[in-house]
Amino acid sequence: MVETLNSLLLGFSVALQPQILMYAFIGCLIGTLVGMLPGVGPLAGISMLLPATFGLNPIIAIVLLSGVYYGAMYGGSTTSILIRLPGEAASVMTCVDGYAMTQQGRAGPALAIAAIGSFVAGTLGVLGLMLLAPTLATFALRFGPPEYTALLLMGLLVLAYMTGGSIPKTLAMAGFGLLLGMIGIDAMSGYTRFSFEVIELADGIGIVPVAVGLFGISEILMTASQQTLKLPKNPSMRELMPSRAELKQSIGPIARGSAVGFLIGIIPGSAHIISSFISYGIERRISKTPERFGHGAIEGVAGPESANNAAATGAFIPMMALGIPTSPVTAVMIAAIMVHGIAPGPMLIAQQPELFWGFVASMYVGNVVLLILNLPLVGLFVSLLRIPYAYLYPCILAFCILGCYSVSNSVVDVWIMLAMGGIGYTLRKFGFDLAPVALGLVLAPMLELSLRQSLAMSAGNYAIFIERPIAVTMLGVGLLMLLVSLKPLLFKSKQKDWRSTVGLDEPS
Amino acid sequence: MTQPSDPPAKRQLRSDQVSGLMLAALALYVWWMNRAYPIGTLAEPGPGYVPLLLAIFMGVMGVLVALGGGKSEPLAAMEWTEAKRAFALLVACGVAAFALERLGYRITMAALLIFFLGVMERRKPMMVAAVGIGFALITYYLFATLLRVPLPVSPWGF
Repeated sequence: MVETLNSLLLGFSVALQPQILMYAFIGCLIGTLVGMLPGVGPLAGISMLLPATFGLNPIIAIVLLSGVYYGAMYGGSTTSILIRLPGEAASVMTCVDGYAMTQQGRAGPALAIAAIGSFVAGTLGVLGLMLLAPTLATFALRFGPPEYTALLLMGLLVLAYMTGGSIPKTLAMAGFGLLLGMIGIDAMSGYTRFSFEVIELADGIGIVPVAVGLFGISEILMTASQQTLKLPKNPSMRELMPSRAELKQSIGPIARGSAVGFLIGIIPGSAHIISSFISYGIERRISKTPERFGHGAIEGVAGPESANNAAATGAFIPMMALGIPTSPVTAVMIAAIMVHGIAPGPMLIAQQPELFWGFVASMYVGNVVLLILNLPLVGLFVSLLRIPYAYLYPCILAFCILGCYSVSNSVVDVWIMLAMGGIGYTLRKFGFDLAPVALGLVLAPMLELSLRQSLAMSAGNYAIFIERPIAVTMLGVGLLMLLVSLKPLLFKSKQKDWRSTVGLDEPS
Repeated sequence: MTQPSDPPAKRQLRSDQVSGLMLAALALYVWWMNRAYPIGTLAEPGPGYVPLLLAIFMGVMGVLVALGGGKSEPLAAMEWTEAKRAFALLVACGVAAFALERLGYRITMAALLIFFLGVMERRKPMMVAAVGIGFALITYYLFATLLRVPLPVSPWGF
């Protein structure tokens, strides 16, 4: 422990140098702005800035890029809350209650709680990174294909658990998302599937055009006959900040979201994306008033926002301790370090203590910078909504086209976005929840690969999933959640289900 | 969306019945398309294995949605008041997507915004021109010049 504290002091002596502080600030600022542009998420932001870091020393390079990463994560949640435009999969759940809060004129508290939750989760995540990195990274290495399959299936079953409406509808949407994820070249056989001879579809469908179409475009189509957004005029600074009651309501979700996000984030693979979905599910289930979820519950913002930020921090553990990139973002960051001749991995902490501990300390600093930067800007962000809707929605549509085009400089992404906008509009008219589509799409490639690898490992025996303790535990938890969701259907009670009392569907 | 309604005087098609059958039809289409890919064996699943599982899964869910949709909103009672305008918005964006690489980013975006603001929203011409042209030029500068995102230019070089 004393050794860890000494190392952390070394880290702070590096991170608090004025030059490093300045780069942390610049990174967070650029990241927040980049994250607010639809379609330009953390990956695009970091990739664009990567060449600029080649001339910097490795500590500054990693501090700058991490700042962009946190900033973009927060910036993405800003657009999710204000205009229902998630920049990436991790922000999808924030749309649900965050946007509902905006429609009730509570955008300020939603943004503020997102900033506070991100700060707390980021700080707790760094503490975890500092104290638990070697142990947790070793545990995460025990994940093989069956464990991944079980984890991903659990993530999908959590959807049934958290749904407020029809379970078959939710699962059908997850299936639809998974099917969208089947488009493109099969990683194991090289077959190009369902591409309709469109070359660009061989790479598969990206999450950005699908999420922007399903959530952003469909929202604009749903409100096509609306002239104004229903917002109170000129909210005062006091109204922009969460009330004491809202802060109290958010403490639990932030703590649970931080823990869940961190634990999921350390698992190698893109599993950290499901952290916000799982956090939302947990909050909804343990809430005494679950009927508020989906209609502007602040816990629905606090939990997922904390979870995705903690997961972002957790994702650095396998990256720094094992040299394993857990997502495209960490892969680019590893590249940024390797350019300087430094190989991340088990020897990094021993060989480059200034880099590792400087990076850890800079994450504390980055979180503080992000909070200082974003809380005063909440009013500015909210004032964007005072632009007359007749001017706002054309600009949002134009931004959506620009953002989707800029992801891979392909007009096919714009077509996908528009098609998804039309499909999302129709599905919402028929009462379908769209979040499972986004989750299914993100998880599909990993789920397919791990399922087929598991079957290959066991010579086609599905029993492999119940023979391995971690896998069977996760599948058990997932099935338990599904059964709990089905309980009102299986055991009809005389007491009315809470959903029917608030005009929602009962599980069917 | 789906809410219990008054008992109908006559048998009506319900929204969930229609959407469930649409999902089942989509699952059938995926199954039909999937015939082109080898299913493989359990020990060595081929590229068609998981899509087949998913098509079956979605088909079953679609049928369950349709079967459980007896109490959902009647299809005829669904309101589509914004549909015409929504369709116009989508078509305009589609035209812009088609023009993007032919006319270049700046001309396409300016034209799209002028259409939305001038034709659909009937705003003042000066504001329409200022917002349309200003948005196209500023975002081009931000993305193409500062962030170095390659955006399409017109055949006339701008």
